[in-house]
Amino acid sequence: MIRIGDAPGVRRLLIGVALVLTALFLLLPLVAIFAQALMGGIDLYWQNLSDRYTLAAIGLTLLVTLLTVPINLVFGVFLAWLVTRFSFPGRRLLQTLIDIPFAVSPVVAGLVYLLLYGRNGWLGGWLDSYDIQIMFAWPGIVLVTIFVTCPFVARELIPLMQAQGAREEEAAVTLGASGWTIFRRVTLPKIRHALLYGAILTNARAVGEFGAVSVVAGAIRGQTNTLPLQVEQLYQDYNTVGAFTSASLLALLALLTLAAKAALEWRAARRESLA
Amino acid sequence: MIAATLRRQASRRVLPGFGLSLGVTLTFVSLILLLPLTSLVGQLSQLSLSQYWFLISDPRILASYRVTLLAAAVAALFNAAFGLLMAWVLVRYEFPGKRLVDALMDLPFALPTAVAGVTLATLYSSQGWVGRWLETLGLPIAYTWVGIALAMAFTSIPFVVRTVQPILEDLPSEVDEAAVTLGARDGHAFRRVILPHLWPALVTGTGLAFVRSLGEFGAVIFIAGGKPFETEITSLMIFVKLQEYDYAGAAAVASIVLATSLALLLLINLWQGRFIRRLHGGGA
Repeated sequence: MIRIGDAPGVRRLLIGVALVLTALFLLLPLVAIFAQALMGGIDLYWQNLSDRYTLAAIGLTLLVTLLTVPINLVFGVFLAWLVTRFSFPGRRLLQTLIDIPFAVSPVVAGLVYLLLYGRNGWLGGWLDSYDIQIMFAWPGIVLVTIFVTCPFVARELIPLMQAQGAREEEAAVTLGASGWTIFRRVTLPKIRHALLYGAILTNARAVGEFGAVSVVAGAIRGQTNTLPLQVEQLYQDYNTVGAFTSASLLALLALLTLAAKAALEWRAARRESLA
Repeated sequence: MIAATLRRQASRRVLPGFGLSLGVTLTFVSLILLLPLTSLVGQLSQLSLSQYWFLISDPRILASYRVTLLAAAVAALFNAAFGLLMAWVLVRYEFPGKRLVDALMDLPFALPTAVAGVTLATLYSSQGWVGRWLETLGLPIAYTWVGIALAMAFTSIPFVVRTVQPILEDLPSEVDEAAVTLGARDGHAFRRVILPHLWPALVTGTGLAFVRSLGEFGAVIFIAGGKPFETEITSLMIFVKLQEYDYAGAAAVASIVLATSLALLLLINLWQGRFIRRLHGGGA
């Protein structure tokens, strides 16, 4: 069968251009991160990594992620269940609302939280009188991260659950199963991979969020610096090797994310071909 | 009243969990999404119309709109071409390392924007691996709008590739055969036969890349350098105003950014919806 663009000359040219551009735009930056981080040798790399402030930034990033991912996972499942299993007025509006964090610039996301919980904000003043500080402290970082990452899980689940339909769940109801049993025994096995993929995406974004977090964090070294803020601060201090050491950790996580995605897709494709 | 209607509808539902999932979702959406957004409206309502106009039409802010729009448009156009090429090569051809290249396409979404920002700034600075060469050719990238466009293009690479790729995969091979047997040459056949099928996905992907680029912050600020009137993007202006405790100014500019991206997103969704209806013959 002859297809468009199958002539050897055309094929070689297009593949060549694609590979060169990919190497230049995607591979080179990736290589540069690790090259810059290891520029001063492996000893300096370890020394930078075990720096007090870097360790504190790693700790805060872990805390934020450990709180954000489960919260958004639970919310995503409830939203997807609601939107795909029931029809009610305002369903489309709800789905549009959930997309807002995708459209909003992260700086604007940080701003609206600052306006609400800042000292002069609606809630901030009230909370301040009880000595509860949200802004320029870890709770604020967690809140904006939840805001920025809340669409990911729902976005993975909704198309899948819509395509699967509710027939199996309805059969379970007629057999007398309770809601929790239906979810755990019927729905969960069908959405496991999408759920995992949603969690991976949420995790990647939660660890790496910069714009929104930098607005609400106030960049107090050792206290409110997440890993991406630490990268920025070291870079501004002209400590390039230090900045890229922290950056290399984030790049490593990005590579793990890509590998996990590829593995999930490979498994799904294999199952499809077996079925 | 509304609660009563909902309850009546719910009693007809077969599956359990309507009340619980509605309650959890509405609580979450109100607290996480709507409440913070109302604070923006609250802040804006304290401004008079002329004050608002004064804040959003400041010359330095106007210059930032121009830089942001120009760079985002260039980035989106680059991605339209690059994304189409990558989708085509990944779907139609076999070559060693294809799976690796395919996986790499998602790197810009997985890599934190601040990391992308410092890396591109380092690579394209006048001492950087790439910037050094371009400098000798008289093409400075760092601290110019070209650098901003480059950073925006990097972070939005996956949009076009990932919207065009599935459409191209599903394209039946009869489409190709018809054109080839009729003796059309490659370029001509692609434009006349393949492109009309890809067009909606291409527009959607390019539109999404444009919206994302308008709001990009972390990847851009390092390579931009922030020269007033020249390389300041609008997100950075909001950030600077916040650092100066000018909350009213920040809110005013943010409202413009927010309204623009929401309008564009709505437009993309409408365009996509219209096309899907036409495709499935729903409008007949």
